[in-house]
Amino acid sequence: MRPLVPDPVLSVANLRVSFGQTEAVRGMSLAVARGETHCMVGESGCGKSVSALSVMNLLPRGINRTADHIRFQGQDLLGMSERQMARLRGDKIAMIFQEPMTSLNPAYTIGSQMSEVFERHRRAARSQAMDRAAELLARVGITAPGMRLGQYPHQLSGGLRQRVMIAMALMCDPELLIADEPTTALDVTVQAQILRLLQKLQQELGLALLLITHDLGVVARMAQRLSVMYAGEVVETGTVAEVFAAPTHPYTRGLLDCIPVPGKTQTGEPLGNIPGVVPRIPPGFVGCGFRDRCTLATPECAESVPLRDAGGDHCYLCRLPPDWKRATAA
Amino acid sequence: MTHAIEVRNVYREFQQRSGMGARRPVRAVDGVTFSLPAGDVLGVVGESGCGKSTLARLIMGLLPPTSGEVLVDGRSLTGMDRRERARLIQPVFQDPYSSLNPRQRIRDIVGLPLASQGDLRKAQQADRVMEMLARVGISSEMAERMPGQLSGGQRQRVAIARALVLHPRIVVCDEPTSALDVSVQAQILNLLAELRRELGLTYLFISHNLAVVEHVATEVAVMYLGRIVEQAPVQDLFRTPTHPYTQALLASVLTPDPALGIPDVGLGDAYPDPTNIPPGCRFHPRCPSALAICATTMPDNIRKDGRLVECLLANPT
Repeated sequence: MRPLVPDPVLSVANLRVSFGQTEAVRGMSLAVARGETHCMVGESGCGKSVSALSVMNLLPRGINRTADHIRFQGQDLLGMSERQMARLRGDKIAMIFQEPMTSLNPAYTIGSQMSEVFERHRRAARSQAMDRAAELLARVGITAPGMRLGQYPHQLSGGLRQRVMIAMALMCDPELLIADEPTTALDVTVQAQILRLLQKLQQELGLALLLITHDLGVVARMAQRLSVMYAGEVVETGTVAEVFAAPTHPYTRGLLDCIPVPGKTQTGEPLGNIPGVVPRIPPGFVGCGFRDRCTLATPECAESVPLRDAGGDHCYLCRLPPDWKRATAA
Repeated sequence: MTHAIEVRNVYREFQQRSGMGARRPVRAVDGVTFSLPAGDVLGVVGESGCGKSTLARLIMGLLPPTSGEVLVDGRSLTGMDRRERARLIQPVFQDPYSSLNPRQRIRDIVGLPLASQGDLRKAQQADRVMEMLARVGISSEMAERMPGQLSGGQRQRVAIARALVLHPRIVVCDEPTSALDVSVQAQILNLLAELRRELGLTYLFISHNLAVVEHVATEVAVMYLGRIVEQAPVQDLFRTPTHPYTQALLASVLTPDPALGIPDVGLGDAYPDPTNIPPGCRFHPRCPSALAICATTMPDNIRKDGRLVECLLANPT
């Protein structure tokens, strides 16, 4: 899809990733501006995490990544050596993962893990790095940061661990923060607290935040812009206001109909659903990746899929016109 | 009228081994009483560690209570024969990846409850299995496969078929859709609702997802540190949540509405610790409206107009 953001911090064009007989990402494009939250949303197996890992060049060996460009602040990351990438990771580009227990090392204290990033990238002394860590722990709302620095991950609750991960990601003042399902493993009350914190920090620090989630509720309340991924492609993108006001791709619509909403969906009424499951797409696949689950598919969906403009920044990959919903209702 | 499930003042304590060999008691379920009429769906919500799953295991008879009594279909679970219990009440668990034996064929997995009852001939068993699998949307061709060859949603259908093959009256669903994608979650929720209508089942439905509970339940119990702090018919609970904890839980639900931001749920950082239950109201360290009295006085467990609220502010004395 065309880049929609002027002067983005991160811009990915036509990213393709395949392993073996599966094309995990098929021509994904996306741009994230400074001070903006961009959500990548979709079900598991849609290629969200693989796309994020591709940007960081953290895919396992032997996996083929190609793209027209992956640009971070104007520099192309595609041609960078591993050393150059290592210099960026944790410094200008930081990442937070879903399960803070597995991404923190259980054998080291919070303080030593947090300070390592700073010592490495800034060549700072341990004491200076510890001061910085304490400052950031306070910033993410952790009381008694000095005490926490000496603790081990297992001594913290899930919510606190995720706050530590956020603080650690901010150690070197990143420009871009990639958060992969940062609240999925947390309780709903803690999820709200962590998302509020992320939003506040993102606004205060002017971060570009690329947030990966499967939860449309999180998207609606966090993002300015979203990309709906399905079977390795961005099937619909636009500002949150545009897409939620007029979800147009049948997959986006299906996803929205699937979620029970207190006060809106009726108890006892069946939820909308999308039959089947996310398919595995082989190399050389043509046509729409959603056609096997789409109730509106026709034979022409197996041949080609046009990118259509729905006005403003809103566009989607489907043969249907933007007002198809009204047309089918009539 | 006999209730499908009746839980009378049930306690369950565990011994948690901490470092140095010391043992600390954990009160996972700390005095729970409720009854569930046949045909209803009781949704149980609460954060992790609130005792939801322990309560489910007590009701299924997989754990004996430390004290108190659980009656299923009017009969006490203590001393009930395992096979008899299996005909009454069956579970559907969260993770269909670990609840199905990876080395058995689907038809054998679903047939096992029948085989262990031992009162049907092989051919009749096979018919019942196929009938049940067809009902949950698993083809006869898939019945010959192994769990590893099925998707998560298909596996959860198999787990449902296994739970229903003995025609139990009650099904305990412990986070049945949490491991599934939203589109598959909707398929499974719709299936569970259809089956309940057709077979007249009673569900105990445990979930951390309030939106899901609102959709499936007729009655909702909110648990906090081992106790039910609020219980009411689903519409009352969602329309007028009364306990501050219920209010915070409802505020945390992120509906897909871009006009709304991220809510301030107003709970502090004091994370609930079941090894160290606070005195007075157990919720007071996190409660945004706590008064001084809440730290010392345990609130009454009052049921009024079909609603239970365990809060000093809601039931002023």
